[in-house]
Amino acid sequence: MNAHLQPSGSAYFLDTVKPDVETHALAVIVDNEPGVLARVIGLFSGRGYNIESLTVSETQHERHISRITIVTSGTPVVIEQIKNQLGRMVPVHSVADLTVQGNSITRELAMVKVAGQGEKRVEALRLADAFRARVIDAGTSSFIFEITGKSDKVEQFISLMVPLGLVEVARTGVAGITRGPEGMKD
Amino acid sequence: MATNEMTGAEIVLKALTDQGVDTVFGYPGGAVLPIYDEIFQQEKVEHILVRHEQGATHAAEGYARSTGKCGVVLVTSGPGATNAVTGLTDALLDSIPMVCITGQVPTHLIGSDAFQECDTVGITRPCTKHNYLVKDVNDLARILHEAFYVATHGRPGPVVVDIPKDVQFAKGRYVGPKNIEHKTYRPQVKADQAAIRAAVELIATAKRPVLYTGGGVINSGPTASKLLRDFVEMTNIPITSTLMGLGAYPASGKNWLGMLGMHGMYEANMVMHDCDVMICVGARFDDRITGRLNAFSPNSKKIHIDIDPSSINKTVRVDVPIVADVAHALEDMIRVWKSKSVVLDKKALDTWWKQIDGWRAKNCLKYKQNADVIMPQYAVERLYELTKDKNTYITTEVGQHQMWAAQFYRFEEPNRWMTSGGLGTMGYGLPAAVGVQQAHPDALVIDIAGDASVLMTMQEMSTAIQYELPIKIFILNNQHMGMVRQWQQLLHGNRLSHSYTEALPDFVKLAEAYGCVGIRATKPAELDDAIKEMIKTPHPVLFDCRVANLANCFPMIPSGKAHNEMILGEEVADEDVGSVIDAKGKMLV
Repeated sequence: MNAHLQPSGSAYFLDTVKPDVETHALAVIVDNEPGVLARVIGLFSGRGYNIESLTVSETQHERHISRITIVTSGTPVVIEQIKNQLGRMVPVHSVADLTVQGNSITRELAMVKVAGQGEKRVEALRLADAFRARVIDAGTSSFIFEITGKSDKVEQFISLMVPLGLVEVARTGVAGITRGPEGMKD
Repeated sequence: MATNEMTGAEIVLKALTDQGVDTVFGYPGGAVLPIYDEIFQQEKVEHILVRHEQGATHAAEGYARSTGKCGVVLVTSGPGATNAVTGLTDALLDSIPMVCITGQVPTHLIGSDAFQECDTVGITRPCTKHNYLVKDVNDLARILHEAFYVATHGRPGPVVVDIPKDVQFAKGRYVGPKNIEHKTYRPQVKADQAAIRAAVELIATAKRPVLYTGGGVINSGPTASKLLRDFVEMTNIPITSTLMGLGAYPASGKNWLGMLGMHGMYEANMVMHDCDVMICVGARFDDRITGRLNAFSPNSKKIHIDIDPSSINKTVRVDVPIVADVAHALEDMIRVWKSKSVVLDKKALDTWWKQIDGWRAKNCLKYKQNADVIMPQYAVERLYELTKDKNTYITTEVGQHQMWAAQFYRFEEPNRWMTSGGLGTMGYGLPAAVGVQQAHPDALVIDIAGDASVLMTMQEMSTAIQYELPIKIFILNNQHMGMVRQWQQLLHGNRLSHSYTEALPDFVKLAEAYGCVGIRATKPAELDDAIKEMIKTPHPVLFDCRVANLANCFPMIPSGKAHNEMILGEEVADEDVGSVIDAKGKMLV
């Protein structure tokens, strides 16, 4: 019934209209076994999906379970396909779409090195205060700020630092979790 | 020391026997010598020595596909593993259960570019369902049992277990296969009952329904084929199948439309295009099936039964998705159908069948007979007629002959048809026949082959001789890569760039060189006798069937066209064939 809504799937009849691309944060619970990250990344590169951010860490040491948070973008059909492709991988326990569930929080941390003198230095400190960024290293001519928050907040802070002497940025990528008392199925 | 302490190599053999494995296809090398030493000292597992590791994987596929069991492959590190990659990918795309054990350099040498070292798990990660590198001998037994579990549960597929040589020598604890399943991998086999009810309700409203079935029915097992037949019997719905699903419903059944897709039957494709309810059972809307996606069955509601959730809504949006094993889903559907006493609109169905009969009358497989030259279609027809009453298994290579085999050979039972569908691997059929014959020693196993494909794995004739496997290689020899040539004629101005094999071997002499029997037929009049001679020969046979060199395979959905835009062989003169596909279509694969 809805064939006309679909891309033709051919190399020639490329769609001229840009389809609606959404950005989703996915939480993936996996066995922390060798190669599991390569498997997940290989799925994304092999099938042409985007990775905008990826973080991974073991979250339950005694059970060797890791949590991967992936921020990806695509049409709703592609996002659905990504979740299904992740879900059928043997070491994957469960996949949750934090964006669809809506009631979730995403955060990332960045360390931002800014070098400068005089008024720029004062301005950087003032902005850092407004953004609740902490000073974690300070010298006579430089600061390192630690800022935590949603990606767009971090983004904005970094762009404000550019004219004030931005030297270097290290970002962790996004981690996310749902609100409320329930935990994710593992 | 516990009594179940043994070496890694012993664990491998013990695990294989405990899994009920009777045959391993393999090739030895430095990194698997300890396992081969164990094989030498036992008799439960028979080892079939192939001539190339790709042959081992295809033989295991043939074995698996014809028995429903898991195929087992044993190869060495480095080139042994890389040579197996084609067969692993083939098994992944066609969902064939396989466990492939690869040797690896000792753990302390991994990463040092050691002799015959390669990153096997890295290379095979995207072409297996799952893979393992065993670093501790105490994990070996569990991993092997897990590998069999993963390969055979859910959507079947190949699993690689990479075992370093020092792990094969090391002593460790053996655990049996009891209660070993993967700790988390639990594919859903039972359908959501609400979806089953929704499906039955949707089918009940159908005026022009069709069943579109695939390899999933075969993989689900004989019960699935049985239930499918029952369901067709109950409902009188017309049924078509993909290349991979042939045999699930008998070709002699009255509801059979024949194969669908690019070289499928005209009536099957027209039914797909015009239906109002499509029931897809264990198939995956492959591009060879759908033709142009945005013109695919534009007016139908679609039900999709698949064990793999990622197959659902991948390329075609469906209205009722059912994640389940085919047999389970069909059983539920039949039960609900009966309990609700559903009756289809008989008048509408009769009209539908009348329309189908109209399409059937096109006789889309018609070809011009020739008194002097064997037409390839005729060759397959005769082969079918002369072998249909025997216990026959058919394998194929890839190309025109494969499509002619699918069109003209009629399958009545599942597991009788072994072909490389997803990956399209030339060279699949001969080693697959070796595997099938090994599993069914008394059956008549025929590889319907092309002259180009068969040369890719010809060396496995030597395997057939060694193990006295009387496979019959029926080569439709047109001296070309027929399908490549056909596409060049259709799409590239008939410039036959490198699709003609100028120096083919004399297949009869080649047969003699291998120590088997060579038979040649060049005229239609001598074909029947030659085929009969092939059938009664108790040895492997290379049959050189010289067929019309430039025959094209029709009907065909040209690239970029929809199901109702098929071209039929009768409608195009050879010289016009090149203009059938427009510039748009030429862009496609």
